[in-house]
Amino acid sequence: MKILVCISKSPDTTSKIAFTDSNTKFDENGVQYIVNPYDEWYALVRALELKEANGGSVTIITVGTANDDSVIRKALAIGADEAIRIDTEPTDAYYTAMQIANYANSNGFDLVLTGKETINYNGSQVGGMIAEAMSLPFISLASRLDVNGTTLTLETEITGGLQVIEAQLPLVVSCAKGMAEQRIPNMRGIMAARTKPLTVIAPTENEVFTSFESYTMPEAKSACKMISPENMDELVSLLHNEAKVI
Amino acid sequence: MSVLVYINSINGLSKSAFEVVTYASKIGGEISVVTNGDLTSDELQKLGQYGANKVMIDRSVKTNDTEQITNVVANAAKTVNATTVVFSHDLISKAVSPKLSVRLKAGLVSGAIEVPNGNTIRVNVFSGKAIGHVTVKTSTKIISLLPNSIQPEVTGSDCSVEDFDGQAGDAKIKVIDTKKPEGEIPLPEAELVVSAGRGLKGPENWGMVEDLATELGAATACSRPVADIGWRPHHEHVGQTGVAIRPNLYIAAGISGAIQHLAGVNGSKVIVVINTDAEAPFFKAADYGIIGDAFEVLPRLTEAIKKFKASN
Repeated sequence: MKILVCISKSPDTTSKIAFTDSNTKFDENGVQYIVNPYDEWYALVRALELKEANGGSVTIITVGTANDDSVIRKALAIGADEAIRIDTEPTDAYYTAMQIANYANSNGFDLVLTGKETINYNGSQVGGMIAEAMSLPFISLASRLDVNGTTLTLETEITGGLQVIEAQLPLVVSCAKGMAEQRIPNMRGIMAARTKPLTVIAPTENEVFTSFESYTMPEAKSACKMISPENMDELVSLLHNEAKVI
Repeated sequence: MSVLVYINSINGLSKSAFEVVTYASKIGGEISVVTNGDLTSDELQKLGQYGANKVMIDRSVKTNDTEQITNVVANAAKTVNATTVVFSHDLISKAVSPKLSVRLKAGLVSGAIEVPNGNTIRVNVFSGKAIGHVTVKTSTKIISLLPNSIQPEVTGSDCSVEDFDGQAGDAKIKVIDTKKPEGEIPLPEAELVVSAGRGLKGPENWGMVEDLATELGAATACSRPVADIGWRPHHEHVGQTGVAIRPNLYIAAGISGAIQHLAGVNGSKVIVVINTDAEAPFFKAADYGIIGDAFEVLPRLTEAIKKFKASN
């Protein structure tokens, strides 16, 4: 089975979020980039498990500039066979998805995996867009994925619960918590990643649908009001009369 | 201007359905709702009270087959010449809205928190740590509204409900089983949430969390370590890599408030933190703080809620 895993970079989860250039750009000063956790922990690791069990190959793909090569090497260190980087800024979700779909369409993958969303833009858009551009069904937020021939059994979140479904390959799936456990790359993996193929390809012409013009910070919280642990009646009264939430 | 709203009514109409119709009516123009399943017209006509002019229902699609739902919404958008399509940013929208964006060549704005100002829409980004101002460059736009961002408003009266053939096509998925926790309130929709972390010391101590939740009518949640060691199910994990929630009230006991946890709950309107450690970072994000032992404070709070309910 040929699996394509879509990787995005995201700021480390402990990064300070700030903006520059009159609040039009994310301030990258001091920010460490990582592989977006959903892409790495769930999509990539599950792809590797499927390859280990059934054979095949795992290719990772990202849309980004040469600055992203270190993030790609991290994903290779975890165990992917090869990497593709489409050499352009991932301007918006549509533009990014079309780049990946164009590559995937001409390279015949059985399964395309994405994380459920990036932790910076939280859009949950790219996977579904790739699927539509490839005329494939899209299964979102899967927490389990098993393969039997060309039939996939998936567990996906639905409002207030889970459903177990079957679907046929080829398919695009977005991966959520529960699908796999995080893997820490070992020294052999890190060494091997240095020599694995990282192919840089030119972008295709595509439209951009949306653009982030600027950013603001949410209103700061007022100071925390401390309440005595003995006096829960006061808390209830504040929640009712002041906060008006009960 | 024509606004189309998709509503998932398979489990009946939820608050988020009234929110998205209210949102659409604030955008203005002719408001049509499209849905699927087998909800009665008597139920669906209520959406008119929130501003819908008509409801179209495709009764042939009775599952959450997002491929079929995409077909139905796309055909509805053509039928009403929609210039804006609105979703609630829920599990269905996350599958359907990106497919629809490609099919209709319409820019998609996910996680919107306000009504558009011209072509600019404010959205939550960086897991709620910042707000992005997004402009849409296409003539048709799709907006996926973050739940609990606006309050439903009754402004009108019941509207007409018509059957709609959305040419859903063949099912792409076969549903084998659905697992719905009995009697529990789904976390993403809950207005009140009681959550606990490692400070509770073991799964056997969750009774007092559940007692408080039951008394409040709240959903229960937990921190990541608690889900990872198996004290609580994964679907209860709120935080950056779990579920992001925006309830009116979030009560956290025995959770220190790591930045990754805050990312999942900082959209909450009011946060109450109970922790023995006065230095816990969570107090900086809290509205009300109690420095104390959850084992004493939680039962005391449950009693106080009981007393409050009895006197109101």
